[in-house]
Amino acid sequence: MKQTFYERLGEAVCRETLPNGLRVNIVPKRDYAKSYAFFATRYGGMDTRFCLNGRWLDTPAGIAHYLEHKMFDTKEGNALQELAKNGAEPNAFTSNAITGYYFDSTTHFEENLEILLSFVSIPYFTEESVAKEQGIIGQEIRMIEDNPDWQIYTRMMKALYAASTARTSIAGTVESISHITAETLYDCHKAFYTPSNMVLTVVGNVDPVHVVDIARRVLPREGGPAIPRDYGTEPARVAERETKLAMEVSCPQFLTGFKCTPAEDGEGYMRQSLIGDMACDILLGDSSPLYLRLYDQGLINTSFGGAYEMMPGVAYLYAGGDSKDARAVTAEIQKEARRLAEEGIDEDFYQRVRRASFGSNLRGLNSFENIAVSLSEGYFHGYDPFRFPQVFDTITKDDITAFLRENLTADRAVLSEIVPK
Amino acid sequence: MEVTRIKLADGVYLTYLPARKFKTSLLSAQFVTPLRPETVAGNALLPAVLRRGTVSCPDLGALSARLDNLYGARIDYTVRKKGENQCVGFVASFIDDSFTPGREKLLEPVAELLGELVCDPVTQHGRFVPAYFESEKTNLIDAIRSIVNDKRDYADSRLLQEMCAGEPYGISRLGSEKQAERLQPQKLYAQYGQLIASSQLELFYSGSASVERVERALRSAFSTLPRENIREIALAADHPKPPEPKLVEEEMDVTQGKLGMGFTCGSSDAAALLMGNTLFGGSSNSKLFLNVREKLSLCYFASSVYHRQKGIITVSSGIEFENYQKAYDEIMRQLEAVRKGELEDWELESARSVLLNAYASMGDSQGKLENFYIGQAATGQEETPELLARQVREVTLQRILDAMATVSLDTVYFLKGKEAQT
Repeated sequence: MKQTFYERLGEAVCRETLPNGLRVNIVPKRDYAKSYAFFATRYGGMDTRFCLNGRWLDTPAGIAHYLEHKMFDTKEGNALQELAKNGAEPNAFTSNAITGYYFDSTTHFEENLEILLSFVSIPYFTEESVAKEQGIIGQEIRMIEDNPDWQIYTRMMKALYAASTARTSIAGTVESISHITAETLYDCHKAFYTPSNMVLTVVGNVDPVHVVDIARRVLPREGGPAIPRDYGTEPARVAERETKLAMEVSCPQFLTGFKCTPAEDGEGYMRQSLIGDMACDILLGDSSPLYLRLYDQGLINTSFGGAYEMMPGVAYLYAGGDSKDARAVTAEIQKEARRLAEEGIDEDFYQRVRRASFGSNLRGLNSFENIAVSLSEGYFHGYDPFRFPQVFDTITKDDITAFLRENLTADRAVLSEIVPK
Repeated sequence: MEVTRIKLADGVYLTYLPARKFKTSLLSAQFVTPLRPETVAGNALLPAVLRRGTVSCPDLGALSARLDNLYGARIDYTVRKKGENQCVGFVASFIDDSFTPGREKLLEPVAELLGELVCDPVTQHGRFVPAYFESEKTNLIDAIRSIVNDKRDYADSRLLQEMCAGEPYGISRLGSEKQAERLQPQKLYAQYGQLIASSQLELFYSGSASVERVERALRSAFSTLPRENIREIALAADHPKPPEPKLVEEEMDVTQGKLGMGFTCGSSDAAALLMGNTLFGGSSNSKLFLNVREKLSLCYFASSVYHRQKGIITVSSGIEFENYQKAYDEIMRQLEAVRKGELEDWELESARSVLLNAYASMGDSQGKLENFYIGQAATGQEETPELLARQVREVTLQRILDAMATVSLDTVYFLKGKEAQT
């Protein structure tokens, strides 16, 4: 097992790759009462088309999320109950590129970890249990369809992307999930839930050797083949400039998105992610000149914010919130990006944002979930997230202005709006 | 975990929790004041207006610059409801001294800024800057209106409003749109003076600094805080049981219906009710989750909350409109099952473990600790998480059954689609 110390963060990580290809990360945290386990597969809402045993499969939108729901079923009943006896309430999420299962507990951690690894690696469903889930997930979909935040984001993604499966809603639709069968679920499990496509991350007061032993004992001996996936061939242009929906909401909301150039895996992926975050803070963060001006003018309120996101083959910067004049705000964002690209960034302001950005990245290490998710994503994309202070040191003002110049242009922008009915 | 509670001045208390394991320190300053229709919206507006500027940092730009230089320290304003009290103030979070690149100490400068935000706001002609007042008033009204955007939150808050109509507990933390619209700059400034002079101020710290250092920093930061006629905090009154359950229906253009149900609890055995509620709908192994969701597939969420400070239980669920009666019947059936003690050993065991796990892990999150201790202080409670855990450990099945026998339906709230049939 390899142990790495990160002096600037006051953290250590033990890493081991098992013969079956599973990566295990352990972050020892001695003074905490709880321990946290996160078991993730590189498989999410965007992996709908893939090649298994030489055959290309097209699976229904929402299937990764559906599978996540069904994994909790075991031959004996339900994993939720087994874990709850030990005080652990497990949960799971499906993102565009990852499905992750997790729990935290203050007692019986090793026993709970065995249960987690076991139920995630052994599928058990019947036609009947699969059909029953249609009702539950159907209600989950109906719930999010009533949610303006979900609508506005999903519609922005559909406007940004014409072909990439990043535009597919993670939960699918009531219609798409009606095509899901036990057989397709087994196929997807077989393809993506192999140890070599997964990572286990444990944070807490644990013995790293025990964790690795449990993983070795519970999980299958063999890994699996790499699964080719087809995310679609995405043109450089945006799919649609504008999209608008009327809903039962109190005030108009908007999101503007910019289709950015995606990054290759490796440390460069993290570097670009940090550059994107910094660019976002400098352009429209809550201490930026633009934010202060728009806030003073009453064009935005505290709901305004932005972020830079990356997923396989995709990168975008987006911002929004409540506003009475979405067009004015989006025009101002583009204008400010042009100004920064042309005139450069004020040195004092840049240094401030650097300090604040370091602080906020460090703050993230208070959260076990955040540590586990970032180590898992880092593993899937070939970088070490705990090296952020070093990578941070290599970023200059020119990187930020170059990013803004390339990506924050009018032809890469879309606008998604929700207006009151 | 050693908790220290110190009286710093008349009605000013510091709750101090030493911790070295976090990357950050947390410092909170909260005024505790009774929830009342005539002051609720004004109190909700105050921290937002104060957060706009101090004498030394008179606008958001200056404040942001100062916080950025403190390695992205954050000071957020908060408005919370704790029992029948409203807690308003600021929560600051900043890098712990051991992680600042140049080993700079951040506690003192952050405490100082916190003190300025409370005691030293920027003013014009003896009142808040008119532009700040106006824009934050608009933001408050928008925030109140936007509660409707999340239909689950909206339904939950409507249920409480209906169930506790006329009681302080029925007042929402931000007040109503009407109350907010009536706010005036001069009156708000007077209300500010009263709030900081006469309500209890609860300070909370979690981090690596010594108690002496924290005390010194806070005494200095709040040295100009006026203190006079300190008001006692309000203890929540018991909810009166109605002669018959009340039914409220509302229509909206939505795709999913929301069914909320409120119950009164006659018993005052809080630990037994907490366990009873966890068995009923308080965890992912509860009767509601396993039956209403997993067995009957009626919904994605169906859960219940025990409001310890008020002695009531509320249920929240999202359903198809036409399943109203089915869901209603099933929720009542599951409550009956808990009441009759139709419980397997594992259910009891897991409800207990889930609660114990939550208490045991509270010390791992500064945010949870702050929220817990401020809540305790604001409602006149003194139990630590350890003590509450012991109470849960000691609850017997018989006590749970006795307590749950006193639970009865009070109010039903149903949010349905337009032209939907129930």
